[in-house]
Amino acid sequence: MDKMGKVLIVDDFSTMRKVIRNLLKQLGYENIVEAEDGVVALDALKKEKIDFVISDWNMPNMTGLELLKRVRADGALSKTPFLMVTAESLKENIVEAVKEGVDNYIVKPFTADVLGEKISQIEKKYS
Amino acid sequence: MDVKYINPFLEGTLHVLKTMAFIDARPGKPFLKKDNAVGGDITGIIGIAGSVKGSFALSFSEKCILRIVSNMLGEDIVQVNRDIADAVGEITNMVSGAARQRLEAMGISLSAAIPTVVTGKGHTINHVLGGASIIIPFDTDHGSFVADVCMGKEAD
Repeated sequence: MDKMGKVLIVDDFSTMRKVIRNLLKQLGYENIVEAEDGVVALDALKKEKIDFVISDWNMPNMTGLELLKRVRADGALSKTPFLMVTAESLKENIVEAVKEGVDNYIVKPFTADVLGEKISQIEKKYS
Repeated sequence: MDVKYINPFLEGTLHVLKTMAFIDARPGKPFLKKDNAVGGDITGIIGIAGSVKGSFALSFSEKCILRIVSNMLGEDIVQVNRDIADAVGEITNMVSGAARQRLEAMGISLSAAIPTVVTGKGHTINHVLGGASIIIPFDTDHGSFVADVCMGKEAD
């Protein structure tokens, strides 16, 4: 994904969406859209071309893990790069997300450097 | 309540505020809480369950939380509004996660619920266990806040 690619931030907390948006802008990304849960995110993914998903884990209506499963099961979306952002650091959760095809994950709290590094690792994987 | 639960929440609080809001908080001496008042103007509380159960709260003075959230968002916020309440919920969530990460390293595996936020002068909170909790007071250059930890087995 180049810096012109569209990034979808999925988080039920508007503060966290703003924080991630600000960090992405620091990293040079300008084309950013937001969703407050997995349901809204899935709808956005089906309506517009999204190049990268950054999703929270714990959300009402549809969790980040369920969103990941739906994305990977959808032929048109299955190759979308997916970064999970979570306050959950339980090993079994991380193992489950990897099993379901997450490209990388970040445990909150994190800095712009860490976010940039994780995105860069995913970009290399897809290049 | 076993004091081993205190440090993970203290360290988690310092880590989250430093990383997300660039604020160095200074912890004071923890003490046993005597009533349901938390002392702050806005409080986030989150339930925790697993091999032990309980709840954890963060209660901020207005001045302190306005600076914390202004730093997090990179914009000046001058009054308590929906963004502030949302941020208090997310900060509580992140500190809970950071504390649970440290507790997991001690062999205590826990999960957390979605946080709730209470606002208003002199408000009170009720912990899940209903027993005594420990207050960790913090001071910053922008005002004070407290962490309120109530963890243990149900029979405690």
